[in-house]
Amino acid sequence: MNEKLRRPLFEYLLRLGDNVLILGQRLGEWVGHGPALEEEMANANLALDLIGQARLWLTYAGEVEGRGRDEDRLAFLRHQHEFRNVLLVERPNGDYAHTIVRQFFFDAWHCLLLTELKKSADARMAGIAEKSLKEATYHLERSEDWVVRLGDGTEESHGRMLRAVDELWTYTGELFQADAVDHALCEAGIAPDPSGLCEPWQQHVRRVFGEATLPVPGESWMQSGGKQGRHTEALSYLLAEMQFLQRAYPGAQW
Amino acid sequence: MVSAMAAAAARDTAQIWQWLEEVTDPEIPVLSVLDLGLVRDVRWQRGTAGEELVVTVTPTYSGCPAMDVIAQSIEQALRDHGIERLRLETRLSPAWTTDWLTEKGRSRLREFGIAPPAGPAAPRVVDISGLRRRRPEHGIACPRCGSADTALLSRFGSTACKAQYRCNACLEPFDYFKSH
Repeated sequence: MNEKLRRPLFEYLLRLGDNVLILGQRLGEWVGHGPALEEEMANANLALDLIGQARLWLTYAGEVEGRGRDEDRLAFLRHQHEFRNVLLVERPNGDYAHTIVRQFFFDAWHCLLLTELKKSADARMAGIAEKSLKEATYHLERSEDWVVRLGDGTEESHGRMLRAVDELWTYTGELFQADAVDHALCEAGIAPDPSGLCEPWQQHVRRVFGEATLPVPGESWMQSGGKQGRHTEALSYLLAEMQFLQRAYPGAQW
Repeated sequence: MVSAMAAAAARDTAQIWQWLEEVTDPEIPVLSVLDLGLVRDVRWQRGTAGEELVVTVTPTYSGCPAMDVIAQSIEQALRDHGIERLRLETRLSPAWTTDWLTEKGRSRLREFGIAPPAGPAAPRVVDISGLRRRRPEHGIACPRCGSADTALLSRFGSTACKAQYRCNACLEPFDYFKSH
């Protein structure tokens, strides 16, 4: 391994792994609270797919780092500022409109990103991306169907979707912001420049929102920082629950 | 002498494939790991501690909880047949597809009450043209009465690999092993 790339590659793999780990954990919170039995199963299945993907990314991250940390140590024994997920995925579930809009914004971006990562010069990364993309595409089919159903649904569901879009839009800018980690991997042909995903993502959102009779928000100020470890308060509560067992009973297994 | 013959038989990979045919999926016990297309390769390889058997497995869905059990079952079955040096290797690419399901597996699924994947897994592309007219998968034949007049209830079912459908002819709900 090129020593200069070790650190950025580790960081980047944490981002990929943490995005799906945190969103998977969020979706897991719906278990037992879903609005319908079918959605109950959908959320649990989505969460399983995402956490399965997280295991692949974080295992690889630990190997690249080379300090003997495995997927479990990375997931359960890092502090909030060491997580590298985008802010969007740590946003609370809110009502079902919030959960669906968050999922749709993420799925649409995730599919575009994984399509690029399939071409990565790093063969292991390309393999994980190829596998994850098949699942992510199925996730997107579901989330965009729901965006249309709820957006072009009743006055109540439409109003809730408007509020969800309004609240979550500000967390989408970070998906396309490149920093030194992105530049280093982009130069090495390992990962795409995230800013290149912005136009196709917006086009996709415009088309789905068009069908859903939802207006697309215009240019606005965007939140950022998650990729660099600056998170919102919401992540602390999520981690407190997710990590409790391993913190209280280190090494517990069942 | 007997153990030497047994050892010689165990070295034969055709015999190992036969043993693997007896290892079944914990959720869908009518399918063997070979029916599912999970085992991609079986070979003997010179390892650090002598010859070892390497079994290459391609996992189905990233989050499928059955995969761990399946890996354990493969190991256990081969050890029971006297294979001592054994290593399971995971291969992600090419990604697992339902196109690898055997014909025998497909008919067993149907007999078990699960509709097998309809046709080859088309490469899923992100396409939202005609979103509202899009139907997940058409004409999935009901595994009970055979009618093609069926409708999707939910994209997700009791396991990652299945969706839920309903038959409009016999009115029974059923699992569909979705094309992936």
